[in-house]
Amino acid sequence: MSLLHLAIISPFLLGILVPILYKLLRRVHAGWFVLPLPIFLFIYFLSYIPITSNQQTVIKSIAWIPTLGIDFTVKVDGLGLLFALLITGIGSLVVLYSIYYLSKDKEQLNTFYVYLLLFMGAMLGVVLSENLIVLYTFWELTSFSSFLLIGYWYDREKSRYGAQKSMLITVFGGLSMLGGIILLYLMTGTFSISEIIQQSNEILTNPLFIPAMLCILLGAFTKSAQFPFHIWLPDAMEAPTPVSAYLHSATMVKAGLYLVARMSPIFAENGLWIWLVAGFGIVTLFWGSFSAVKQTDLKGILAFSTVSQLGMIMSLLGIGGAALHFDSINDSYFSVATVAAVFHLINHATFKGSLFMVAGIVDHETGTRDIRRLGGLMHFMPITFTIAIIGTFSMAGLPPFNGFLSKEMFFTAMVRVLEIDFFNLETWGVLFPIIAWVASIFTFVYSVILVFKTFTGKFQPEKLAKKPHEAPIGMLISPIILASLVIIIGFFPNLLSNTIIAPAVSAIMPNFKVDVHISFWHGFNTELFMTIGVILLGILLYKTFPKWRKVYRLFPEKFSLNRLYNSILADSQRASRTITNRYLTGFSRTYLLYLFAFFIIILATTLFVKDAFIIKTNNVSSIHISEAILALVISIGAISIIFAKSRLTSIILLGAVGYTVSIFFVLFRAPDLALTQLVIETISVALFLLCFYHLPKLKKREERMRFRITNAVISVGVGAIVTMIALSAHSNKLFDSIAQYYVDNTFEKAAGKNMVNVILVDFRGFDTMFEITVLAIAALGIFGMIKLRLEGGKKNENQ
Amino acid sequence: MEILMAFVIGILFMCATYLMLSKSLLRIIVGTGLLSHGAHLLILTMGSLKRGAVPLLGENASSYTDPIPQALILTAIVISFGVTAFFLVLAYRAYQELGTDNMDKMRGNKGND
Repeated sequence: MSLLHLAIISPFLLGILVPILYKLLRRVHAGWFVLPLPIFLFIYFLSYIPITSNQQTVIKSIAWIPTLGIDFTVKVDGLGLLFALLITGIGSLVVLYSIYYLSKDKEQLNTFYVYLLLFMGAMLGVVLSENLIVLYTFWELTSFSSFLLIGYWYDREKSRYGAQKSMLITVFGGLSMLGGIILLYLMTGTFSISEIIQQSNEILTNPLFIPAMLCILLGAFTKSAQFPFHIWLPDAMEAPTPVSAYLHSATMVKAGLYLVARMSPIFAENGLWIWLVAGFGIVTLFWGSFSAVKQTDLKGILAFSTVSQLGMIMSLLGIGGAALHFDSINDSYFSVATVAAVFHLINHATFKGSLFMVAGIVDHETGTRDIRRLGGLMHFMPITFTIAIIGTFSMAGLPPFNGFLSKEMFFTAMVRVLEIDFFNLETWGVLFPIIAWVASIFTFVYSVILVFKTFTGKFQPEKLAKKPHEAPIGMLISPIILASLVIIIGFFPNLLSNTIIAPAVSAIMPNFKVDVHISFWHGFNTELFMTIGVILLGILLYKTFPKWRKVYRLFPEKFSLNRLYNSILADSQRASRTITNRYLTGFSRTYLLYLFAFFIIILATTLFVKDAFIIKTNNVSSIHISEAILALVISIGAISIIFAKSRLTSIILLGAVGYTVSIFFVLFRAPDLALTQLVIETISVALFLLCFYHLPKLKKREERMRFRITNAVISVGVGAIVTMIALSAHSNKLFDSIAQYYVDNTFEKAAGKNMVNVILVDFRGFDTMFEITVLAIAALGIFGMIKLRLEGGKKNENQ
Repeated sequence: MEILMAFVIGILFMCATYLMLSKSLLRIIVGTGLLSHGAHLLILTMGSLKRGAVPLLGENASSYTDPIPQALILTAIVISFGVTAFFLVLAYRAYQELGTDNMDKMRGNKGND
């Protein structure tokens, strides 16, 4: 185990310690125990920057299931490191923020931090795993921890709904991704990502290639909330705000982007990949920004905004794939899209993280997140307002913030789509810059709504639950750090370009050299005019918003995706309940019927398929007349139990059968068995009679047992099968009995003369010991049933 | 003898199955009792019957019957007794609490369906 493995596992280990520390030190906020870990990990991962910026990677491996080709291989390259830094960096800030956000007196902090650590470890595992099965395992763990965190306030109906929704959608995608991984394995024979990439040219024509691509994309799209799977993300906002900032904006939802970036070298040579990734991305970008405008909840706006920005990065990754396409002319011409994707990924984490924290502060200090009730908070919260201005302006793509730079690069990439000349992109590609531009206008509008509806306008104290005031400094530190990053990256983007962006891009596009240089001013080009157009039209639309608001009524709730999701969920629950009720009747008789029917079918099929049913009469022992009579007695006895009208008769008949069995034991040279059987049979009959005495007297009407044809058929079937097995087993001796060993050794090794007894107490002593244990358990159970009474049960009875 | 026993065992299993599929708890328990008798005889029959002397070394015989099935059955008899006893007391207690030994009527939540 290397230090890298330990870094991934450390959050899980701390997760075990946190509840203990929480119980021991109730006075300290549990967040303080957690905070050092992400900070330490962040510094640890920073130390890898010199390695990855030299285009080198670090690989450490420990065997997990080597026979299946599954090793816990950890690989740090530019892309993985970028995500690892995001996870630990934003993680530290979020933990710090949560210490002030979540009250230590009211909340179950131990569970919160355990879930958060679970997520942190799982997410690090996703981005650093080199083996696809390991990646998948961690991937599902992130879905799982996201489920737990969304449902953190589990007493709220909406939290449970949101948690379930996110779980169903992301796990559905995760399973499909597993299918894709297995298809890749079938094609290449390995789970290692880098080995699959080496074979990417050979699998290109494989018939499984397209299905594998679709399956994996489904996993990525559901995780990264791409249209039409985005519906889980707005409902995930029921989670505490630090969680929204961390999982549902900065890290977990980007796992899908990570996967697409990671898989680009494998799939992007196929034009379909570019169409799907870029197409879904651009539609998501538009739909997210369009829907964000009509939201009235601050976190609702941010949720749809996240959906939209994820779509934007997704579309950039798709366009960037064109550079990997085998017949593209100028590779570096299109790689700008990938650079933009990576750059915007970082920028989005900074400004969106700070905006979520601002929304949390507003909620915390005023008691509401509804923009219709907010307004004029600028004077009460000047620092929060400043942070919000920086964050939203960056989001809207205004200079001099980092969002402006990546937005410009985004426009560049989209305009260059026009020059891609394969896979129909030359005709339909023109839609990309148009949709991108329109979506950017809506992005501008919701950004402006977000900040101005909250902080300017009329202050409405009567609609607020609390008197607003500035947040405590502890809560402000994290958003201030993020907002400063927005400005720093905005002014000095090249701090990142060769340290983080270039290594990440070269991990996505392994075969050519990437030179990243981000500059502020490109002259008066198309991109700049597009931005100016966005600003002008955006302001216009913001001013006239009440007039065109009606547009949203064109999309009735009835046909919404949420409605579809709800009805699918309700229908499938109803259908499975109907089916289950049909075969799970709740009567043991039904289940026994299934068991016996299965018994008959399986054994009969095996007997006939394997041709195992043989009768040989050459090796049988003689039948004495007394034995024949006993056989008749036992058969008649057993059959007459079925027809016995009274209980007493059936018990006596059972006793008769039992005693006959013991006579058989005598005849078959088994004296020990005969003795035991006699004793046990006597006790059993006594017990039966004892219970019979207590059981209800049957009325005559009830005693007539109805003859059931199914039961009869099944019983005859079971009897016939057992007879056939007995006959075949007798006729088909595959090897000699091992009895001779006992005959030879009973006296030598155990100094006993009764072989059966010696086997029981000596050779197979453990069997006997467990047999006694079973008896003891039965005795305890009987004692418990007779002597102990459940208090609760009694009380219910009295009522 | 083995062939005759095979049919006897079949009959025991058949009756046991039929009883276990009935509604009355007592009949089900009687059924399990019959089933274990059938199983014991089946094991014994599979090891061939009446070959050689009783498996006691004191007999000084040239060959003995197979002691292994007997050892197995001895364990099985005791265990089946334990199960039967447990089952009987369970039926008794169920009757005390629920007032019936009819499996269909024992489902508290559905009443008398």
